[in-house]
Amino acid sequence: MLKISETDEIIFTPELLVKFNEILLRYPEDRQKSALLPILHLVQAEYGWVSSPLMDKVADFLQLKPIEVYEVATFYSMFFLKPPGKYMLEVCRTGPCCLVGAEKIMKHIEEKLNVKEGEVTADGLFSWRGVECLAACGMGPVLQIAPEYTFYENLTAASVDELIDRLRLTTAEKAQIIL
Amino acid sequence: MGRKLLLENINVPGINSFEVYRKHGGYRAVEKALKTMSTEDVVEEVKKSGLRGRGGAGFPTGMKWSFLAKPEGKPRYLVCNADESEPGTFKDRYLMTHIPHLLIEGMIVASYALGAKTSYIYVRGEMMPQIRILERAIAEAKAEGFLGKNILGTGYDLELYVQPGGGAYICGEETALIESLEGKRGNPRIKPPFPAISGLYNCPTVVNNVESIAAVVPIINDGAEEYAKLGIGRSTGTKLISASGNIKNPGVYEIELGVPVEEFIYSDEYCGGMANGKRLKAVVAGGSSVPILPANLILKLTTGENRLMSYESLAEGAFASGTMMGSGGFVVFDEDQCIVRNTWNFSRFYHHESCGQCSPCREGTGWMEKVLHRLEYGHGKLSDLDLLVDVAKKIEGNTICPLGDAAAWPVASAIRHFRDEFEWHVSHAEEAMGRNYGLAHYADPLPKAETIAAN
Ligand SMILES: Cc1cc2nc3c(=O)[nH]c(=O)nc-3n(C[C@H](O)[C@H](O)[C@H](O)COP(=O)(O)O)c2cc1C
Ligand code: SF4
Repeated sequence: MLKISETDEIIFTPELLVKFNEILLRYPEDRQKSALLPILHLVQAEYGWVSSPLMDKVADFLQLKPIEVYEVATFYSMFFLKPPGKYMLEVCRTGPCCLVGAEKIMKHIEEKLNVKEGEVTADGLFSWRGVECLAACGMGPVLQIAPEYTFYENLTAASVDELIDRLRLTTAEKAQIIL
Repeated sequence: MGRKLLLENINVPGINSFEVYRKHGGYRAVEKALKTMSTEDVVEEVKKSGLRGRGGAGFPTGMKWSFLAKPEGKPRYLVCNADESEPGTFKDRYLMTHIPHLLIEGMIVASYALGAKTSYIYVRGEMMPQIRILERAIAEAKAEGFLGKNILGTGYDLELYVQPGGGAYICGEETALIESLEGKRGNPRIKPPFPAISGLYNCPTVVNNVESIAAVVPIINDGAEEYAKLGIGRSTGTKLISASGNIKNPGVYEIELGVPVEEFIYSDEYCGGMANGKRLKAVVAGGSSVPILPANLILKLTTGENRLMSYESLAEGAFASGTMMGSGGFVVFDEDQCIVRNTWNFSRFYHHESCGQCSPCREGTGWMEKVLHRLEYGHGKLSDLDLLVDVAKKIEGNTICPLGDAAAWPVASAIRHFRDEFEWHVSHAEEAMGRNYGLAHYADPLPKAETIAAN
């Protein structure tokens, strides 16, 4: 996942543009604005977050005013306006999950990663935050990992440790293959 | 065992594929509706079934459909509400994950009934895996001729698309959902006009919950009369209940409406009783927005009769001693849980999720969160309780959409039923941070109405 600095020029890949154009077909002709959320999700999956140059570029593509994109990106909690870690652990912090120990899990993650909510680990791999109800109350505590939104249920301190260690390991292995 | 209409085949291996779903009787409702029924017949059948919206408000689905305006030259839309974000509710996720074709089948029948040629399923953005599941199911159905042009040779055309949300509870409110689907912030619209007249792209639109749409399938297959035989009184059919909290078997259960609450909590067929040998303290019966009830009031009515899992019985006693079915998010609290902490938690949720358009909701939810936070963390005052009730009252009924009420009711009801626990947080501030107030008298049997009167 490449990170965009505010000065880089952005060029959407042809593959991404194909996907954008497919999405546009879902709506009536003069209603391309409807494509904004799906397109922002694709952009975020590709770049890791939505920077303002990226938002401008999306506005260009959909022939919207930049403000129309900003106001949407800032309204919805899923869009990252600054870069999170490669894996963003989002733990449900709402009532039903707290009845079965979500607060302890968040504390455990904070200690294990040694970063505060919203901060990124020094290696850029991890960040975490509490989020509101993820509609999985019967399987709590739960967490999801952006940007893929893989989902983990019935968390315990041990299962969280295992998950984080595994993510570290796979990243290290992948890095080796690339080298 | 109660009869199951939606979850009957959910454990069949491969039921998420078209082939297996079809082999188990899937898509019969599409064949029956499109080939043998007029659009009015389908609407009439749904009306007769007594089906009530499963998204929270409980509005009769057939009636909603019959209100849809049909002006010449304007398309009509059906939008499925799969934004599922009400704390305590996780049934739609379950349906879409395991038996996606049931929703697709319902969407085809409902779209046909409404005369919609393009329909959308608006899924909350976090459910990316479910979005992929639905998109695959749609592609399968299309390849088999159940979607697209000239479905089953009947001349009916329908395109079905999945739209992701962006992580905002308010987009579950139907007009906010429509705004979001138009690519805007999820700010609810002022009604009227209602979506049935002017909804998506200013065209007549019906918004229905996932479960409501899925229920159309058995209604068409077996007929409205069969469906209405299930249930009790005006609560017909079956309902998915999402059970969570301190119970032995959390999960999604399909119940015939009318099961006693006590049976639902304690029988092995459902929740299996309390976990870890604890005692029941309180229940939020219909998702975080409905009033919380202490153990005695959720199990029995004030007349001493059993409270039932039905729209009417749960609401019995109104605000004084009742609650609501809502979306069927059944959250169970054991004796170790702190009501003040949970109320603060829910307030934080509503404050976070308020769209910010109306000042009573935007500011009021923030106040309630702050005041509850200081109560929970040992800095509260006794006057805070009246302050909370006052703020809740000022939000209620003074906002564009029902999120304001949804934020006010949990606070007002928690104080009504657990006032002594709140007071204890003020009088024993230090202690309250370390341990909770416990069960107090809430699990005691309710004094019979006559004995109260006699005293
Ligand atoms: C704040 C708020 C959140 C809501 N969230 C949902 C939701 O997640 N899913 C849903 O189906 N209905 C939700 N509703 C209810 C919808 O506005 C609407 O009544 C419902 O989708 C209609 O479908 P039904 O008639 O099939 O129940 C919500 C309402 C409000 C006020
Ligand atoms: S009540 Fe709250 S959520 Fe609803 S429109 Fe007003 S500010 Fe927005």
